[in-house]
Amino acid sequence: MALLKMKFSQQRRVRLAQGLWLLSWLAVMCGAFIFSLGVYLKIELLRRDEVMDNTEIHVVPNLLMMVGLASIGANWVASRVCQDSLDASRFPRWNVLLLAWYAVAALLCCLLLAVVVLSYALQGRLEESLKVGLRNGIRFYKDTDIPGRCFQKETIDHLQMEFRCCGNNNFKDWFEIQWVSNRYLDFTSQEVKDRIRSNVDGRYLLDGVPFSCCNPASPRPCLQNHLTDSRAHYNYEYQSEELNLYSRGCRQALTDYYMGLMNSTGPGVLSVILIQLSVLLSMRYLQTAVEGAMALEAPEGESEGYILEKGVKETYADIKAKVLDLLKFAQVDPASEATGAGEGEKAAEASEKAATPPPAS
Amino acid sequence: MVVMKMKFPFQKRVKLAQGLWLLSWCATVAGATTFTLGCLLKTELRRRAEVMDNTDIHIVPNTLMIVGLASLGINYFASKICQDALDAGRFPRWKNFLKPYFAVSCFFTVLMLLAVIMSYAMKGSLESSLKAGLRNGIRFYKDTDTPGRCFQKQNIDRLQMEFQCCGNNDFRDWFEVQWISNRYLDFSSKEVKDRIKSNVDGRYLVDGVPFSCCNPRSPRPCIQYRLTNNSAHYNYDYQTEELNIYLRGCREALVNYYMGLMNTIGAGVLSVFLLQASVLVSLRFLQTAMEAVAGKENTEIETEGYLLEKGVKETMMEYLNPVLTFLLLKNQVQEGEETTPGPATT
Repeated sequence: MALLKMKFSQQRRVRLAQGLWLLSWLAVMCGAFIFSLGVYLKIELLRRDEVMDNTEIHVVPNLLMMVGLASIGANWVASRVCQDSLDASRFPRWNVLLLAWYAVAALLCCLLLAVVVLSYALQGRLEESLKVGLRNGIRFYKDTDIPGRCFQKETIDHLQMEFRCCGNNNFKDWFEIQWVSNRYLDFTSQEVKDRIRSNVDGRYLLDGVPFSCCNPASPRPCLQNHLTDSRAHYNYEYQSEELNLYSRGCRQALTDYYMGLMNSTGPGVLSVILIQLSVLLSMRYLQTAVEGAMALEAPEGESEGYILEKGVKETYADIKAKVLDLLKFAQVDPASEATGAGEGEKAAEASEKAATPPPAS
Repeated sequence: MVVMKMKFPFQKRVKLAQGLWLLSWCATVAGATTFTLGCLLKTELRRRAEVMDNTDIHIVPNTLMIVGLASLGINYFASKICQDALDAGRFPRWKNFLKPYFAVSCFFTVLMLLAVIMSYAMKGSLESSLKAGLRNGIRFYKDTDTPGRCFQKQNIDRLQMEFQCCGNNDFRDWFEVQWISNRYLDFSSKEVKDRIKSNVDGRYLVDGVPFSCCNPRSPRPCIQYRLTNNSAHYNYDYQTEELNIYLRGCREALVNYYMGLMNTIGAGVLSVFLLQASVLVSLRFLQTAMEAVAGKENTEIETEGYLLEKGVKETMMEYLNPVLTFLLLKNQVQEGEETTPGPATT
């Protein structure tokens, strides 16, 4: 009982081959599209490398690039196969390869699906990575004289200006660390001494933020210092002031940005999966129809195409038996004469062992 | 006195027609590119329209767009003509069309060259427009409550951050205007009263700049206020401090940006001009060579092609005469004829 049997006249076979040839070249383009998507995503992630703690999220663009390249190759092979399909002398040589091709194509579809799932599932990991990375960036903001950290200030400033955000969760993160370097603090001044004595670690903490937190949309010139003190500035109320600084945290801003990027690629990837699946199915129909036609006495007659020769269960049982056969063959070679008499016993024992494993289906 | 006579055997004519067909399609693509470049330049100029005082500079992208569209038409007809050129039956119908066609094509090709020259020549006009526009922008920075000016602050801030510049000529322009609105000044404080009394117009002037002038590359947190006072900040020297705020003026930054853009576009348009000119020259040669064949039985004879039948001056007068009489700038006095003279110009 064949699965999804369809009749194919010669005319229909020719049309199928031509259509599949076009479809496989379309699939090659889609493969190239997936690859370039992966490259774009990777570049965007690398640009903000300094505020990310680990590179786990990079599995998404890496997968996309690999699948893109593999899909270009596989679909190019598909187009060669259907070029040869209508030529009875050249088609048989593709027989063995086609089995492997089906496996590869199915694997590609699964990987693409995995990419879509991963891009949603890894949001939490991305947030964690950004949380740690930004916390370090803010802590090392003042270390512009320490090699390896001297660009942190510039990175964080550019980040806050470009993504219109301030701090990790919000601007209050800047109140908890010392972001003014000791090189620019006058330790003889009373104010500095007071602030340093006011906390255990001897850090110069202030209720102020760097200039990159300032919001240009504010109607008044930016207030950066003494933010919590409503009396320090004229006509200023700390609780109700909204436009002065960016209210969003950089972790939120970056997560939103990357999630938006990956979500917008979702529909594209799903349509590529559909195209790849249709190439797979059409190739199977073409193979079975052409093979059926070649077996006929009149090659121009009607043949049948199907997806699976027997039903799903029987095909599965067949494959399982074949695989176990292969494994048995690998374990021992009972017909081998080179083993000699001494090993004959061993061979007999082994062949007995091999005869007993239950090929239970 | 014929200009640039050349012999054209049959094979050469065929090659010329084929080459010209290819060339005219290349020139069509080039014309579309010119139009796109014009649109690009116009969009870029309009993005910063708020800091420009006049729109004189817009003549460059407008000309490029017009020339791009015209060249699409010119090259379309050129390809049609050379398709018909080798067919003795179909070529004569283009006869009357060709003279005005060449006049119009030459005009637009020269216009293309003019556009390139203008893009260099109008640098001064652009600078003065930016100077006035930026001066106004800085003056109205504080007027975030005045309708029509409420976005000046945001525009100037974003401009300074994007182009990494400060002020008009340099950051000292901010010392000369009041950029803090009166709504945020405490008029009961002594400091404010002193500053207001210290100048004739009663403005609150500070030796400070807005936050958008701050340079992220500076190793220390940005110093915005009391810039000229060395003792106001620890380890600070006004004269030698370079990285704290942007030293470049926004006028210079914007002029450099637009001149760079126009230079790149100018180079591209210049090559399009050369392509267009070669299309027209080849078409002229083809036309004159094919006209000599007309009416003959043997179409495969060798003919001569030339650019101009008479000399340059006579040809120009030939073309300009109808235009001038149309505009009634020349007296239409002819012997033996009574015509009404136009408004006499002496």
